[in-house]
Amino acid sequence: MKPAPFTHLAPTSIPEALAMLGEHAPDARVLAGGQSLVPMMNFRLARPAVLIDLNRVPDLAYIRDNGDVLAIGAMTRERTIENSELVHDAAPLIHQATIHIGHLPIRSRGTIGGSIANADPAAEYPAAVLALDCILVASSVRGNRRIAAADFFDGVLSTTLEPDEILTEIIVPKLPPLSGSAFVEIARRHGDFALAGVAAQITLDGDNVSDVRLAACGVGPAPMRLVTAEAAIRAGGPTGDAFDDAARAAAAEVDPDGDVHATAAYRRRLAGVMTRRALAKATEQARRAS
Amino acid sequence: MIENQTVSFTVNGTVRSGEAEPRMLLADFLRDRLQLTGTHVGCEHGVCGACTVICNGEAVRSCLMFAVQADGAEIRTIEGLADGAEMHPLQKLFSEHRALQCGFCTPGMLMTAIDLVHSNPNLTSDDVRTGMSAALCRCTGYEGIVNAVEAYARQVYGRGAGEGEGNG
Repeated sequence: MKPAPFTHLAPTSIPEALAMLGEHAPDARVLAGGQSLVPMMNFRLARPAVLIDLNRVPDLAYIRDNGDVLAIGAMTRERTIENSELVHDAAPLIHQATIHIGHLPIRSRGTIGGSIANADPAAEYPAAVLALDCILVASSVRGNRRIAAADFFDGVLSTTLEPDEILTEIIVPKLPPLSGSAFVEIARRHGDFALAGVAAQITLDGDNVSDVRLAACGVGPAPMRLVTAEAAIRAGGPTGDAFDDAARAAAAEVDPDGDVHATAAYRRRLAGVMTRRALAKATEQARRAS
Repeated sequence: MIENQTVSFTVNGTVRSGEAEPRMLLADFLRDRLQLTGTHVGCEHGVCGACTVICNGEAVRSCLMFAVQADGAEIRTIEGLADGAEMHPLQKLFSEHRALQCGFCTPGMLMTAIDLVHSNPNLTSDDVRTGMSAALCRCTGYEGIVNAVEAYARQVYGRGAGEGEGNG
């Protein structure tokens, strides 16, 4: 199918984009990389009257080293992030999430801000930024607002962004010392959305765990922190037994629906298996860093 | 009434232009306005890869870009591979390795492979399989395609894919 007619606006600066959205919200949609919105428009599941296309706003594409954090512009392409040594070294979980996204031609266009603002429950970046407690910067003509990732996702394809706000920047805490991370997922075919995926980051303190972060995608209406699984690791340490406890806890706390791709029971089981694998990989990396 | 816009970009080295409604997909603009019908349209939602073209040096789905977004870009399509009657080395290898049958997916396969090989000098066999999973073939099977792309990587770099097996 083909998209319904729309008015195409192509701002070249952030203030211009915000003014256009301020004027046309809520009938407008913001177009980032287009790898999710354009398929929905082709199927006429989305029929925005106005499309505000951010692809000619160069000021939204950057990766900056700001000391303890990386600041990533919302229009930074997934392919740029995949190839960034800075992201690979300072925020490896973001790199690990990126390589699971779609295929190379999708990552050529797809953006980190687009993926997060689209909030597909099975998407990788939402789970990764939730695990890392990233700050998401929302901008409008009214000013900027910093939203904790934990307060951002609000159900299937839904966020707490106001209709006149654009997600402009993602602030990612750097990997602490003695830490490791992993993103693991199972999809029916490489490049498909995950049936279940888990993002993990762990910080070791000798034989103890000083910090552990787990978030899952594909197993509920929004990405979710696996808080009881995290508690199992904090209590049990970086051991196989604790990983098993965490896997059971994760399977119990997720809330998957069944669909044509997998039953709810299977996704629940996968959430446990992915949790265990992600913990084992992240811990191995943390030990290597110790 | 939403008005047409004039879209102008370089395609296979030549500046071309045409009229497009904002909603016109790049794939349809290439086929219907520029008569470059080598770019095929399959699923129209970015899954099958048949419409893959190179935009500013990177493989993209031309069904997920609007033609107006390509204004000023440099596009390379399947028509830009051969040099007159002389096939591109990758096209010859697809032929030699029996990497096509009905041919519908082939333009997308070739454009995907061009980007995959030229963007990664350290391509492994695993990378080729993962990378070429970006395009779907429903008839000939993937062995011939993978073999052709690995052979092309060896031609381009004088080594590589196949020799780095297991490192990917």
